[in-house]
Amino acid sequence: MSEPISALNGAVYNQGIAEVTALDPIGMISIRGDLAAGYLKKPLKKITGVAMPDMRGINLDGGTGVAWMSPDELLLICPYADVATNLETLHKAIGTNHALAVNVSDARAVFRVTGKHTREVLAKLAPVDTSPEAFTPGTIRRTRLAQVPAAFWMVDTDTAELVCFRSVAQYVFDLLKTAAQPGSQVNYHRG
Amino acid sequence: MLILTCPNCGITAEETEFHAGGEAHLTRHGPGASDDDFEKYLFMRENPKGVHFERWRHVYGCGKWFHAARDTMTLEIFGTYTAQTSTIPQDIIDKISDRRPDWQPPETA
Amino acid sequence: MSTRIATGGRLLNKSNAVSFSFNGKQLRGYEGDTLASALLANDQMLVGRSFKYHRPRGIVAAGPEEPNALMNLGRGGQFEPNQRATTTELFDGLQAASQNHWPSLEFDVGAINKHLSRFLPAGFYYKMFIHPRPFWKHVYEPIIRHSAGLGKAPKEKDADSYEHFHAFCDVLVIGGGVAGLEAARTAARAGAKVILLEQTAHWGGRAPVDGGMVEGASVASHIDGLVRELSAMENVQMRTRVMGAGVYDHGYVLGYEHLTDHAPAAQGPRHRLWRIRAGHIITATGAIERPLSFAGNDIPGVMLAAAARDYLVNFGVSVGDRTVVVTNNDDAYRTAIALVEAGLNVPAILDARVLPEDSVLMARAKELGIRVLMGHAVSSVKGGKRVTAVNVCSQAGEGAVLETIECDAVAMSGGWSPVVHLWSHCGGKLVWDAALATFRPDVNHPPIGADGHGFVTAAGAAAGFFGLDDILHDAHAAADGVVTTLGFKLPVDVVSPNAARQEETPLAPVWMMPHGASVKLREKTWLDYQNDVKVSDVRLAAQEGFVSVEHTKRYTTLGMATDQGKLSNINGLATLAGALDADIPTVGTTTFRPPYHPISMGAIGGEARGDVFQPLRRTPMHEWHAANGAEWEPVGHWRRPYSYNRPGETTHDAVMREVTNTRTNMGLLDASTLGKIIVKGPDAGKFLDMLYTNMMSSLKPGKCRYGLMCSENGFLIDDGVVARVDDDTFLCHTTTGGADRIHQHMEEWLQTEWWDWNVYVANVTEQYAQIAVVGPNARKCLEKLGGMDVSKDALGFMEWVDGELGGFKCRIYRISFSGELSYEIAVDAGVGQAFWDALMVAGNDLGVMPYGTECLHILRAEKGFIMIGDETDGTVIPQDLGLNWAISKKKEDYLGKRAQERSHMVDPTRWKLVGLETTDGSTLPDGAYAVGEGVNENNQRNMIGRVTSTYHSPTLGKGIAMGLVLNGPDRMNEVLEFPGTDGKTYHAKIVDPVFYDKEGEKQNV
Repeated sequence: MSEPISALNGAVYNQGIAEVTALDPIGMISIRGDLAAGYLKKPLKKITGVAMPDMRGINLDGGTGVAWMSPDELLLICPYADVATNLETLHKAIGTNHALAVNVSDARAVFRVTGKHTREVLAKLAPVDTSPEAFTPGTIRRTRLAQVPAAFWMVDTDTAELVCFRSVAQYVFDLLKTAAQPGSQVNYHRG
Repeated sequence: MLILTCPNCGITAEETEFHAGGEAHLTRHGPGASDDDFEKYLFMRENPKGVHFERWRHVYGCGKWFHAARDTMTLEIFGTYTAQTSTIPQDIIDKISDRRPDWQPPETA
Repeated sequence: MSTRIATGGRLLNKSNAVSFSFNGKQLRGYEGDTLASALLANDQMLVGRSFKYHRPRGIVAAGPEEPNALMNLGRGGQFEPNQRATTTELFDGLQAASQNHWPSLEFDVGAINKHLSRFLPAGFYYKMFIHPRPFWKHVYEPIIRHSAGLGKAPKEKDADSYEHFHAFCDVLVIGGGVAGLEAARTAARAGAKVILLEQTAHWGGRAPVDGGMVEGASVASHIDGLVRELSAMENVQMRTRVMGAGVYDHGYVLGYEHLTDHAPAAQGPRHRLWRIRAGHIITATGAIERPLSFAGNDIPGVMLAAAARDYLVNFGVSVGDRTVVVTNNDDAYRTAIALVEAGLNVPAILDARVLPEDSVLMARAKELGIRVLMGHAVSSVKGGKRVTAVNVCSQAGEGAVLETIECDAVAMSGGWSPVVHLWSHCGGKLVWDAALATFRPDVNHPPIGADGHGFVTAAGAAAGFFGLDDILHDAHAAADGVVTTLGFKLPVDVVSPNAARQEETPLAPVWMMPHGASVKLREKTWLDYQNDVKVSDVRLAAQEGFVSVEHTKRYTTLGMATDQGKLSNINGLATLAGALDADIPTVGTTTFRPPYHPISMGAIGGEARGDVFQPLRRTPMHEWHAANGAEWEPVGHWRRPYSYNRPGETTHDAVMREVTNTRTNMGLLDASTLGKIIVKGPDAGKFLDMLYTNMMSSLKPGKCRYGLMCSENGFLIDDGVVARVDDDTFLCHTTTGGADRIHQHMEEWLQTEWWDWNVYVANVTEQYAQIAVVGPNARKCLEKLGGMDVSKDALGFMEWVDGELGGFKCRIYRISFSGELSYEIAVDAGVGQAFWDALMVAGNDLGVMPYGTECLHILRAEKGFIMIGDETDGTVIPQDLGLNWAISKKKEDYLGKRAQERSHMVDPTRWKLVGLETTDGSTLPDGAYAVGEGVNENNQRNMIGRVTSTYHSPTLGKGIAMGLVLNGPDRMNEVLEFPGTDGKTYHAKIVDPVFYDKEGEKQNV
């Protein structure tokens, strides 16, 4: 079997006010169910080691963690290679209970935006208050990036990671490049 | 451009994150329904100048539907509540009555 | 003449001289100049021609209200018309050209219109060009088109880039004059997050020009102090060169930022559109001076009094050696005083008022030796391309000339109007202030926000306060009130600064100068400079019955130019009110709409241009298709290969080759775009029974079933194959265009109607690359890859199985949309390209070829399979398409069932699906209608059917089609007539829609 490739296969843009990188495939499992149920909380704790996120939260430890997507939806993030094992763990725990866990790793593209203008680059494309006081690490924001759905979170104060659908990876990369073009710094957010 | 608060994920966002879904609190009529009931369900809609109950979906956010009570003239938002509600919640009725003393709750409430 | 003087020019950097060109002439100015100030410094008062009469026009104002000085700027990809010289910052190499003249600015043929002006009154176009009717299209319109318009349209693609920026704050202050700075400081000291926008490059507005003392220091140093204090505050964002363009619902504001217009060599976007959401907005937008209405008030050299002062103080430019000041208020005296103090000559101040005693400023003017003529007015201005003199008369009379004063400039002031645009954009009401003779914001009727309370507060001059002390106190109080409603508390030590009060005597409203001006004078008295609307035009409109201000505006074009009546509005209303013998407040005002000042289309579009104009969706094999001759077909936002054209091959030939090859050897189709939705839960079967017209709950795991979906209206909305994964889980395939739509349709019903049903759905469309391997050699190809049994016994028709092919983990569906032996194989998208490559290699000696969407269409049409969007158009029900076999009779309910029982839906005369075969082998035109006997009430031939799909079938060697026809299935073998739009009439026989392998032997092997 061939090695899986991401939609843009590691493309990088570093000529602008922020660096944009298309990341290699990341494991993602979409989970739907009763988020308070032990048959979800227990396997997730076992797989990720992190606590269950609160509303709009994302708890990551390195490359593994859980994001809150809606009142009945979570996203498990893990190394791509661990997806099959993790799905099995989840399915075992869920058993005959009513919940859904499905691999969406290949359906997504993930980007990293880094540099002190990262928050501005996002604010050019999404109708979201990305100021440091309003948007802190630990929060995931599902929103619109120009004309497509996307979700992003701050990894640290200058670095964001962003997920979109695989088919629009090129569009999103081009958007981020445009928003990060040289000379376009807004110098808006302090700190 | 309106701002709405999604009761499902707690986010207050601008209108471009949402999708409007028409009048709320309709009763579905299926096979066996009279022509009149079915016509009412399928086609007849309120178009008030003032207080209105609407369906919205947080399409670019959590993906969930919710209901909003809104004044179609002033665009005042009296409140939002989840779509899993067959009747208008009392706190919303109270809020509207406080702001619009002459307003009468619709029959669906 | 206008010229640069030795002193003054507080905004100039005189150590940096720059050169620019105007109509090809090389001129010089300084860094800090506007194009207007630099033109005036070079004695270029004449800057354009008016729209209708091509009259010579000069610079009137010093800000965005300028109606005349519109320029074509730049060239090539940077060319832009209609740019105001008064707001254009000068830079080295700027190229400007005047507009609306031919052949030259100095000599203009169109100026003949001015001699015809008595034949071109208000409404002239409506009255003149209506008869005879055909003349409009062939004679009048071409002539008007040629002579109309201001600037030229750019010919090249815009070379610049643009962007949006979303910002959020508690308090947005628009306007960086003394009021805006004070309001921002107050709000910020209370702890609010504040954004302060200023449209020019400078803080302080016009206060430094007007002067004054604040807390014992000059207002200029007070401004410097405020700017320093605000700059140091963490919770304040200050931006110059950002105009508040529009105020919209719920505190939404657009700000228009100029980034590189003044520095074209700089990197980055040219404009940025700020999309600001504010808790509350303070409009500290100042006021605009009004012209006075007297004959010849449009002759170059006649200017607003405050503009003359601005040019002098800000740019060290004298607009004339001898300037007559004409006014109805005290403020214009400041201009006279400033001019004389700069060593220039003011022969007289004509003050329309008769005051019992001298005002403070009047006394100061007299001290300086300026002649003040009270109760006097301008009868007319003399001059052509430049003012040469004014004829003086009594304001009270009819214009008899008492005296002629030679001069080369006239500084006029009719009073000040608060800039209420932003207050009004979102519904803020106005009140008439008789003392100021203007409209100002009605604080009792502000625009209403999401919480039902006002979200805009006007402050300072924009609220109708004009003295420096009043402005500061109002701005402070406004901001205090705003932050209090937002829940902040102002520290007690933060108080309003006090300014030295300057007593002014009130103005006297003057709407016509002189009061009893004759018709002859009124016909030379301009209200709207840009659109050439005169006092006489508005009076004519009133006389002809236009009593509504909105109608008068459209009839006369008053206020419809690119300046949107910033100068003409109040004077026009007053003139109309006078003609109607009504109060100004009863006449009312026209509606102020955003943007405040024109903004670029580029800024509105933002990043959405070129490659990112709209999203293009790409499958995992997109690049391979592109490299292998794909002719693209847009399907929603996807791009799918229509065909793979080989070198030298036409698209039609490629399609024919692909069909024949797929039927005889094998073909590969990238089917990744088809929707794939997982539906899981104890109630999944029950749910799908409601969504599909047929029974899905009875499907066995491992099997597939074709299904139809309808809306509650009964109309067919999607179709596809459903696979049952296990007892609780189904996978629903949708059409390419249906993936997101059907997923949302499912979520909507689950969330809003059947929320107690235990079902979850997930859209996994993009998780998989899905490839259809189609044709007689399909099985051999898969067997070559190896890894699993794909024989008829192991994997029968309409079955699916998980396994591994050639080392690829996959799921194979034995389904066919072509009538051939066919496998649809899904692999993870990340290995989609590798799997495609493996299939191409394995199929190499089996005749494998990729095929596109047109081949897919022909294959399915040969088999009589319907296509959503071709055979359906939102008005077609499954019964129309002969799909009754896919509609369950057993189910009590499904979406659309009740609607399909409505009388119109069971009408036997509904058009029904049939096959169509041309009698001569040609191909029917797409969408052609079949005509029957007789005509309808519009005398058109009655229609009895239409073509829904039509192709040339290489398999059958003739044209085949499907169509919906009245009583179609009962009319087999009847020949119908289809008139084409090409003038030919086509004849086609009604046949069975299944043209090929009706028994299904080929797919079931």
